[in-house]
Amino acid sequence: MSTGTTKLDVVVSDVVPVNDLVTRFHFRRRDGQLLPTFSGGAHVVVEMRDGERTRLNPYSLMGSPLDTREYTISVRRDDVGRGGSLFMHRSVKPGMEMVVSYPVNLFSLDLRAKKHLMLAGGIGITPFMAQTAQLAAEGGNFELHYTCRTASLGTYADVLRERYDRRVRLYHDDLEERIELDRLLSTQPLGTHLYVCGPAGMINWVRDRAASLGWPAETVHFEHFAAPQPGLPFDVRLAVSGKSIRVDEQQSLLEAIEAAGVDPPYLCRGGVCGQCETNVISCDGKFIHNDHWLSEEEHRSGKKIMPCVSRFEGRSLVLER
Amino acid sequence: MAAKSIISRPVYGTLSPQPGKHHLFIADAEGALAIAEMAGRAPPGFFDDAEIVFIPGLDGKHAVALEALKPAQLHLAPSFASLLPRLRQTLANAHMGLRVYLAGTEGLIGQAMQVALEAGIDHTSIQTEHRGSLARRMQCVHCKGITENVTTQPATCAHCGLLLLVRDHYSRRIAAFQGVCINAEDRSEIPPMEEIFR
Amino acid sequence: MGITFRKETFRDDFTFKNSPEHIRRFPFPFHEDAYMYAVNIEPHVVGPRGSVLENLIDVDEHYVAEMQDRALVLAEDPLRCQSLPHMTLAGWDLLELLMEQQALGYPEHFTLTRDGDRWRWINRPLGIDDTFTFGDTSTLPYGPMEYITRQSQGDFCILDQRDGNLWMDAGMVTTQADWSLDFDIGMNFFEWHAPVPLAHEKGIFVRALKFLTNIQQGKPARRLNWTMTINPRLDTSPENYHKWGPDRATVTPDNVGDKVHLRVELQSFWRLPRSNGIVFPIRCYLIKMDELVTQPKWARRLHRVIRDLPDELANYKGLTRYRPALVEWLSKLDDGSPTSPGFGPD
Repeated sequence: MSTGTTKLDVVVSDVVPVNDLVTRFHFRRRDGQLLPTFSGGAHVVVEMRDGERTRLNPYSLMGSPLDTREYTISVRRDDVGRGGSLFMHRSVKPGMEMVVSYPVNLFSLDLRAKKHLMLAGGIGITPFMAQTAQLAAEGGNFELHYTCRTASLGTYADVLRERYDRRVRLYHDDLEERIELDRLLSTQPLGTHLYVCGPAGMINWVRDRAASLGWPAETVHFEHFAAPQPGLPFDVRLAVSGKSIRVDEQQSLLEAIEAAGVDPPYLCRGGVCGQCETNVISCDGKFIHNDHWLSEEEHRSGKKIMPCVSRFEGRSLVLER
Repeated sequence: MAAKSIISRPVYGTLSPQPGKHHLFIADAEGALAIAEMAGRAPPGFFDDAEIVFIPGLDGKHAVALEALKPAQLHLAPSFASLLPRLRQTLANAHMGLRVYLAGTEGLIGQAMQVALEAGIDHTSIQTEHRGSLARRMQCVHCKGITENVTTQPATCAHCGLLLLVRDHYSRRIAAFQGVCINAEDRSEIPPMEEIFR
Repeated sequence: MGITFRKETFRDDFTFKNSPEHIRRFPFPFHEDAYMYAVNIEPHVVGPRGSVLENLIDVDEHYVAEMQDRALVLAEDPLRCQSLPHMTLAGWDLLELLMEQQALGYPEHFTLTRDGDRWRWINRPLGIDDTFTFGDTSTLPYGPMEYITRQSQGDFCILDQRDGNLWMDAGMVTTQADWSLDFDIGMNFFEWHAPVPLAHEKGIFVRALKFLTNIQQGKPARRLNWTMTINPRLDTSPENYHKWGPDRATVTPDNVGDKVHLRVELQSFWRLPRSNGIVFPIRCYLIKMDELVTQPKWARRLHRVIRDLPDELANYKGLTRYRPALVEWLSKLDDGSPTSPGFGPD
């Protein structure tokens, strides 16, 4: 049985610029029915048909899980990325028909927690929009610490302050405001769970300090979707299907495999869930591993690759696909 | 005859110092020796932020070995029941960064872990080391009564009197092994009772 | 139209019976003449009309009697229904799932009307008509899981998903095949399966867990499991083993047909949307040997399976004491002719 998710036919019901970098998109079901219920922290994979090519990018659902008339996502424009966010910003207009996946949650709240301590950086705020809405409705105990570059780029900071008042703390880089992390982590009641979503550097810093200060690993949760990075084009032989493909600069290996008509399972397309793990049959060259699924040992072995985010540079690569 | 061991049977390790802000040790009898041995592997100053709660048992040995570690607090208790109120208070006021270490008999480890779980600590982050008696706490699946210090197989339930097979199936929540009637299908079958959990 | 619900008992005078239509729809679990564990999981999709898979949540002629038996078990032992404090949200998820599925499959018996979070639930067979606020526990007579599982056939385990494992943190378990929710609640997937022989060594549970943690919303899965029970008793709990265990010593060559029952569990697995948990309904189907052997293929095949079952499995399933009498009785219905592949009768 394959693991992928079911698809939903949706229509773009609204496009709202939030600030200089971020735009919000609203989706409703084309048949007018309610969308499937989801839990705070869930994402959907959005299919973007851009001329000849299809990109599939994961975005966290940021609306309240209590309202499934529409799904909302916020997309930060990335001018040097592979073009998914630029497509969303430039080409997606109200009324457009699109396809998104069923929601999948790889960043779930631990509902046993006596308190939820959330740390967000930049656009990493989006899963917390849904999680705080869910917890607030249930009377859950949470506290959100949100770091952004400037007040004008503090996406939804005003909304969050208005909704939750002192449960939200803001830190602005341009004012040199910094989270006092060690103090924060050392004053939490026993039974607290920690959630962090933001740039890789922030996630690594928080995980590292939490471990040093005695937070057990199962109390530290992080959302770490890597966006696929562009890179040099490379050629791949797919041994099972007998196809040879070329991965271009702006394409991920998984997208190139799919474009050739081969469909590996996937859920996150961000190097986290492990679904698209692929065996390497032979290679001559070097891997650029960008995932958080394989162990360091597996990365070094050269026997496995996560085609959703990782690339290759060299003479030849043969995969078991 | 004991059933061959299964995945739900607790596995104990060797205490090792964990990163953390505070360290809480709970031990009985020979468990003190496990703490003293771990101290040899701990960084300097480790016990400056440590509290040790110790049940010495009847012979009163081993408390001296713990005093020598100079923990921030050392509390001697005559029984597990007598240290419970203090333990609950300590955990209720504790912060993240507290690490828990349990050493000694299986009954002590199980009961202390039960209290730590209730306080919101996952069992996977608790260090344990078994020393001393293998006598079991057993819950009768029929009447739900707990029989302490079970050493035989089968064993008689101290509450309802049924003859029970003491299984390796263990519940952390109840802090007990499961006892199931051994001759339910024919009460006239009385298997011999052997002393095997010592 | 609709289902004609039988008046029958699963204790004392044991008047449980299957109608001829229900014998034919019985989910016979052996697709070949031998049995061994396998990860026999498949997508839980709607099956043929007239089968137990016609609806994803099956309601049958035993519904009312099973719900009465459940109420009796709970009155005697309320610990058969438990939910750890963090599982209430998953209970609401389950309530929604079971109300929607029962209303969809059996509109003549069940009606669900939703107006925002104001819900009205009509259960005609049990004479229930309740209006409540979805998400507000104070508007129901029980917690959400207990409320709906007192009105749904089968046992239900709700699993919390954390740290790559599944934790049995809530359940309604009154028709179980010899395991205790009260003892196992809070255990992870490997721990609560610990007493199962042979399967751990075969890596069955490692593969099964990997599959289950990846179950997606809208894509449930299922498998069949089986055991045998003496008398049509639903409550074969370890709690009451000292009460029903002696039944196993009452099997004689003369009463096999009436006393020995094949017990099949249709287990399904569903992702719950709000809590991100998994619910694991365990729907139990009973059939007495006299009923089962009305299908000659099933009689021949069951004879071969029970005769050749490894001793560890026979022991785990509690068959040891009466296996010789059962095999002897079934052997008279097995002329040695081949059986066709697949589950169904010929």
